[in-house]
Amino acid sequence: MAEIPTPYTSSTPALKETAEELRARIPGWGVDLDPADRPSYPREQPGIETGARWDFPERQPEKWPRERSVEHAFVTPVFGTSTPPKGISGALRKYAYRKYSEGRAAHWLVLIAADRVDAWESHLRSFATLRPDNPVTETGVLSEFSHHGASSRVGKRRADLNHQWIDPILVGAPWVLAGLGAVAALRTLRKHRPA
Amino acid sequence: MRSMVYRGPYKVRVEEKDIPQIEHPNDAIVQVKLGAICGSDLHLYHGMMPDTRVGMTFGHEFVGVVHEVGSSVQNLEVGDRVMVPFNIYCGSCYFCSRGLYSNCHNVNPNATAVGGIYGYSHTCGGYDGGQAEFVRVPFADVGPTTIPDWMDEEDAVLLTDALPTGYFGAQLGDIAEGDTVVVFGAGPVGLFAAKSAWLMGAGRVIVIDHLEYRLEKARSFAHAETYNFVEYDDIVVHLKKATDYLGADVVIDAVGAEADGNFLQHVTSSKLKLQGGSPIALNWAIDSVRKGGTVSVVGAYGPLFSAVKFGDAMNKGLTLRMNQCPVKRQWPRLFEHIRNGHLKPSDIVTHRIPLEHIAEGYHIFSAKLDDCIKPLIVATSA
Repeated sequence: MAEIPTPYTSSTPALKETAEELRARIPGWGVDLDPADRPSYPREQPGIETGARWDFPERQPEKWPRERSVEHAFVTPVFGTSTPPKGISGALRKYAYRKYSEGRAAHWLVLIAADRVDAWESHLRSFATLRPDNPVTETGVLSEFSHHGASSRVGKRRADLNHQWIDPILVGAPWVLAGLGAVAALRTLRKHRPA
Repeated sequence: MRSMVYRGPYKVRVEEKDIPQIEHPNDAIVQVKLGAICGSDLHLYHGMMPDTRVGMTFGHEFVGVVHEVGSSVQNLEVGDRVMVPFNIYCGSCYFCSRGLYSNCHNVNPNATAVGGIYGYSHTCGGYDGGQAEFVRVPFADVGPTTIPDWMDEEDAVLLTDALPTGYFGAQLGDIAEGDTVVVFGAGPVGLFAAKSAWLMGAGRVIVIDHLEYRLEKARSFAHAETYNFVEYDDIVVHLKKATDYLGADVVIDAVGAEADGNFLQHVTSSKLKLQGGSPIALNWAIDSVRKGGTVSVVGAYGPLFSAVKFGDAMNKGLTLRMNQCPVKRQWPRLFEHIRNGHLKPSDIVTHRIPLEHIAEGYHIFSAKLDDCIKPLIVATSA
């Protein structure tokens, strides 16, 4: 280090390695040196042949009323058809789209709340099927035993260890509480059953 | 068909689903041969992305074979081996016609602030993704490309997102010859960003992470100097000292919404969902770049606000550049680099997981077990 560090004078820091040394050490060093000869330069570049033969695409049929951002003039001509809204979570989602623009925190917070409601609606619905949700198999937690769960963490000084302990609680606690609630409800029902 | 489905935060499973149908004349249905789990899929998996619905299939990195084409498709035929960019885009709107494919306005009714992405929540258009045996590919004449005969399928699948995004991150930095470039994050995108920085003439490339095995990969694969931020009381001060108190010319945030390094920020964002993402990596980037320097952001963040140190960025006169990568604009150059041996993307693949074991795959990648850097998903029928 110089006696007076770089930013305090007009000096330019010396390069650690010359271009020749870098070229010898690193395959392809400098092949894209010219900023004007890089793929996304300029950022906006009209006239690229995209393969589109339309100015406005043909419209995809809307099989159910498609929720949309109020910042769009209409439902876009093409859209995804995965998982239409349903139940309470669906009502919340439709409300978020209808009521708030993308610029409003409420729009996103209602959608996040709907996601949590959706998860529990789906868990409850799954119990009425032959394949109920299974937090053990669906979290893949058994890979802790097959893929070095302990040795991936022990002695590694990983920064994420300070919050990984919360993950099983976040995932497991609602299930434990729901189970305890179900047991309590059954006991109450038994207690009040006419003799 | 067999398909990964989301069952709520931290929970996925494989289910039987109907094979997707042609919904628009320019659709194709692609039979997936090889897919991948992306670091940004973990934001969905952890329940951070608004409007992520139970039953959705994730996956925006996949290659496969054309199974069916819509009536207006001219550029693809049934049986073609194709790679599909993660962007869904029309090719003709205001943004596409200027090359901003990741900002297409015609494919995502749910939001105007983001384009369409396969299997990436309804916020990104509500399309099922490629962690399945079949996937609907809209605008088949615009997005997909046939995989060149000389290209390995594992390289091709990494060209659908991770490599172009890393390369794009380096481009956004406007790297000039001799620049010092710092990359936050040694995941796939960070590794590719570091590697790409050399191609653009960087004089010094430094990669920061907290996982030693990923830093080892940054040294061996990307020829980078590395620092583990856990070993320093203040990584920003360390970077200042390492650059003679100047700061880096360019800093690339290849971490995004779930950055570690500050418990409070992580909990308020990743756990309580009160921020669009933990701003740690981005704030470190703003702090460690030199005045007048450039911060490039290719790490993914959600649409809610995050506690970003904008005042420092303003006072330092920084240039902040960011976007989802317009993948197809990068392909011709990246094909060249792979063919010339400058890049070998599949070198970062560590795990090949059968679709049927997708839940284990997500957990391994999320919890960073088994020195996992990049897990590929092998289709049931492959």
